[in-house]
Amino acid sequence: MDLLIVLGLPLLGALLLALFGERTWAAELNAGVSFATLVAVGFLVLRVLRHGSLLALHEQFFVDSFNVFLVALTAFVGFTTALFSRPYMRIEEQRGHLSQRRLRLYHSMYQLFMAAMFLALLTNNMGLLWVAMEAATLSTVLLVSLYRTRASLEAAWKYFILCGVGIAQALFGTILLYFAAERVLGQQGMTALLWTHLNAVKGQLEPRVLGLAFVFLLVGYGTKVGLTPLHNWLPDAHAEGPTPVSAVLSGLLLNVALYAVIRCKILVEGSIGSYLPGRMLMGFGLLSAVLGAFFLWRQRDIKRLFGYSSIEHMGIITFAFGIGGPIANFAALLHMTVHSLTKSSIFFTAGHASQTAGTQQMDGIRGLVGISPTIGWGLMLGSLAILGMPPFGVFASEFLILTTAMREHPWTTPFLLVALGVAFAAIFRKVQPMVFGESDAPPLPHSPALVPVFIHLALVLMLGVYMPFVLADWYRVAARLIGG
Amino acid sequence: MVRQFGEVLLAIAIAPLFAGWIGQCRAWLQNRSAPPLTQPYRMLRKLFHKDAALATDASPLFRTTPYILFGTMVLAAAIIPSVATDLPFARAADAIALIGLFATARVFLSLAAMDIGTAFGSMGARRDMMIGFLAEPALLMVLFNAFLLTGSTALPSVVESSTAHAFPIDPSLVFAAVAFLMVLLAENARIPIDNPATHLELTMIHEAMVLEYSARHLALVEWSSDLKLFNYACIGFALFLPWGIATPGADGSLALGVAVIALLAKLLVAGAALALIETLSAKLRIFRAPEYLATAFLLAVLGLLVHLLLGA
Amino acid sequence: MRPSNLIAELLKLLAASLLLISFAMLSRRRTQRLITLFAWQGSVLFVSTLLVAYSAGLTELYYSAALTLALKVIALPWILHRLIQRLGAQWDSEPLVNIPTTMLVGLGLVIFAFGLAQPISRMATTITRHTIGVALAVIFLAFLMMITRRKAITQVIGFLAMENGLFFAATSATYGMPMVIELGIALDLLVGFFILGIFFFQIREQFDSLDLSHLESLKEE
Repeated sequence: MDLLIVLGLPLLGALLLALFGERTWAAELNAGVSFATLVAVGFLVLRVLRHGSLLALHEQFFVDSFNVFLVALTAFVGFTTALFSRPYMRIEEQRGHLSQRRLRLYHSMYQLFMAAMFLALLTNNMGLLWVAMEAATLSTVLLVSLYRTRASLEAAWKYFILCGVGIAQALFGTILLYFAAERVLGQQGMTALLWTHLNAVKGQLEPRVLGLAFVFLLVGYGTKVGLTPLHNWLPDAHAEGPTPVSAVLSGLLLNVALYAVIRCKILVEGSIGSYLPGRMLMGFGLLSAVLGAFFLWRQRDIKRLFGYSSIEHMGIITFAFGIGGPIANFAALLHMTVHSLTKSSIFFTAGHASQTAGTQQMDGIRGLVGISPTIGWGLMLGSLAILGMPPFGVFASEFLILTTAMREHPWTTPFLLVALGVAFAAIFRKVQPMVFGESDAPPLPHSPALVPVFIHLALVLMLGVYMPFVLADWYRVAARLIGG
Repeated sequence: MVRQFGEVLLAIAIAPLFAGWIGQCRAWLQNRSAPPLTQPYRMLRKLFHKDAALATDASPLFRTTPYILFGTMVLAAAIIPSVATDLPFARAADAIALIGLFATARVFLSLAAMDIGTAFGSMGARRDMMIGFLAEPALLMVLFNAFLLTGSTALPSVVESSTAHAFPIDPSLVFAAVAFLMVLLAENARIPIDNPATHLELTMIHEAMVLEYSARHLALVEWSSDLKLFNYACIGFALFLPWGIATPGADGSLALGVAVIALLAKLLVAGAALALIETLSAKLRIFRAPEYLATAFLLAVLGLLVHLLLGA
Repeated sequence: MRPSNLIAELLKLLAASLLLISFAMLSRRRTQRLITLFAWQGSVLFVSTLLVAYSAGLTELYYSAALTLALKVIALPWILHRLIQRLGAQWDSEPLVNIPTTMLVGLGLVIFAFGLAQPISRMATTITRHTIGVALAVIFLAFLMMITRRKAITQVIGFLAMENGLFFAATSATYGMPMVIELGIALDLLVGFFILGIFFFQIREQFDSLDLSHLESLKEE
């Protein structure tokens, strides 16, 4: 029941906001719906904690410790982003970047996007997972092109075409999966795509077909994760869309796409019985981490900069999942969490910073601490956190990944170290003059909502120094589930 | 032997009619009033009655070429099993020899065109050689498709083995048929490559080569190009629409009668289709011709691939 | 000859025509021709789905054949026609670099696709198992078309053609996905298509053209 509420609330919100999105209280309604969703997710989490994983609605939906934590994360970041977007979008509207009608579109699509992501996370059906991923793409395409400027249209077009093509590959992978499953599970149709059923018989699935399917699925969903060399859309979409959208893209959508990849990996690895899928993930992950880090040097746009940083971090997470085993999986899940919390908080501050300076070019952003200490320090702390400074949680997860890599695949360590080092130097060098230095820009007309930023950072800090028992247990169970 | 002669005579007789039919269809499609079906015959008769004028520099080659052309085309018509398969000539040579015959005709025509030494003749010869050079591999590839299917390079056996199946159309033949159609249009100086009705200097190919011919020579050249079109059409029928062609097992004269009627029906439809295609498409610039023929070649190769890969 | 054998032959023939249409799409310059070809591709798909449905006796497949007819043969081509008329783009054509080279690459892709599909074909039990390679080839060729084209509409047609290939793959490998999924896919396709339609207008408003070469400012400097 709570499952239905979790799925239904954002849909209802999308409908309401499509009807009343032009009212002044639309932003509050958006935040309210997000909050209600968060509460419903809370109940769902409690139930899973108490009773373990559950199946619902003719087994079409499935919650285990792996996806429930992502659902919780999604609902949480979705809510804080809605809080942040309230003043942010108001300022955009006052400055004439957006009209009321665009805001209506924005709010409605935001909720639709959340609904699509919840559906992708909760469904047990690999076909529905595909449909939900595609729906998430479609709803964000309209969000990326919200400003209707040349650059945003270009970014949205690129996003649509690249992800559309990518996701078509994923559909072919899904077809192959179904093909292999049908031979084992029979032609009843309805059960042959259910993940739980597939997982139960994964040893009998034809290895060659699944191997081929995995290549397509990895390329398909990997495009959405932003793995190099399929990452081209990511920096553009992050830079040209409104900042709240960048925050949810980076903080949530990439995670959900990676979730899809990992679900497939579990099946394929069980069928092939070799480390091949893991090795592929490691290769893609390492490449993304290193290239993403090097691309950071050449960025001038603040949101592009952090877009590339997302590529780097998704690369690290993918790499960790590729290593497999309880510790690396644990670290990867932790890194997923802290990355999405930190990255969304960075986008919040970066959004306000560029609003203050009136430009997204980093050369034009100076002296944030002087204008608004909260923005300045928020950006500084967020950057330090994402760069893996102790005591933030990113440090803990990166440390775990690094040590596991050192033990299991020593040759990868130098690459990882180079990636981390280059990223550190690049980001720090660029953030420092933006935060400190001189500026005469006026403060913002609305006080920025920076509470979410500090909540996120505080959570990341907490995960770095102390991990609640419940959470650690979750991660452990999920890590075991992913196996490898 | 009687059948063989009958077939050749039929080909010689019908060929201008086929050209006339295409012309009539084209005229209808273009909302012009159509010339009568017998127009090509009248042309031939008129030309035969005239006195031939020869350029002062014309060598014997120039004079003999029309007869060689006509001869090769008649020989080709004898080889192609248009009505029946158990003909002595049809058994004597395979389809590759057929392509050689067409090439011989082309070489002679080109030589004759250059013989007089006018600019147009040389230009036409050059272009025609280029097109031939590109079209031949494509045509060979098309034929290979059929050979691969039936395991023989002789057209009669191709026809026999494909009529033996109840469902003779193999997927690869779809590609081959399209490629063949493209080659047919190019080789017979029809619209995407050349326009048989034009005398615009810059675009003409075939017309440029025969510009210096007159009277009976011109009549023979025209007749042999009609025969060439007819031959190509019959090759197409043998490869892709073999129904109705009399095979050895069939009952003598009845089968022959059916075969002639079937041939006429096929020509009727094919002529209309050709006219339609020519009306609908625009002439390509000569620079596009290599592209066009390369496409035909690739399509034929694709047919081969599909055959091998679909595991028919 | 047994009817099922005949149907298998017919299906192969249809698969070959699908491939042929894909190649024709690669070599067409005019946008309007492309739309016609797309509609043809849809109709071939429709007929082959009908045949499969008949030979396998699956009611579900009749529904998806009907869906194909409604969406891909009638609705989408019609909307595309209307769209390019509204955009005044019906006589657009685009310069293509070297068709033979493109076709040669396409040929390579076909071989690659057949190679990939080999193990699957060998395992499949469907009447259409030989055509999985064709389906994959159609997907790749559509992909190639999207790469080589610079116009927004042609890229979209490539995208739709790719979807056709996917659909064909689904019917030929497994007699189609479950109905729920197929409906979901069709819905996504339709919505995506409408979004693209909106995009056309926005792009033209901003750039005065549907040529995507204008959309190249976002690059790594």
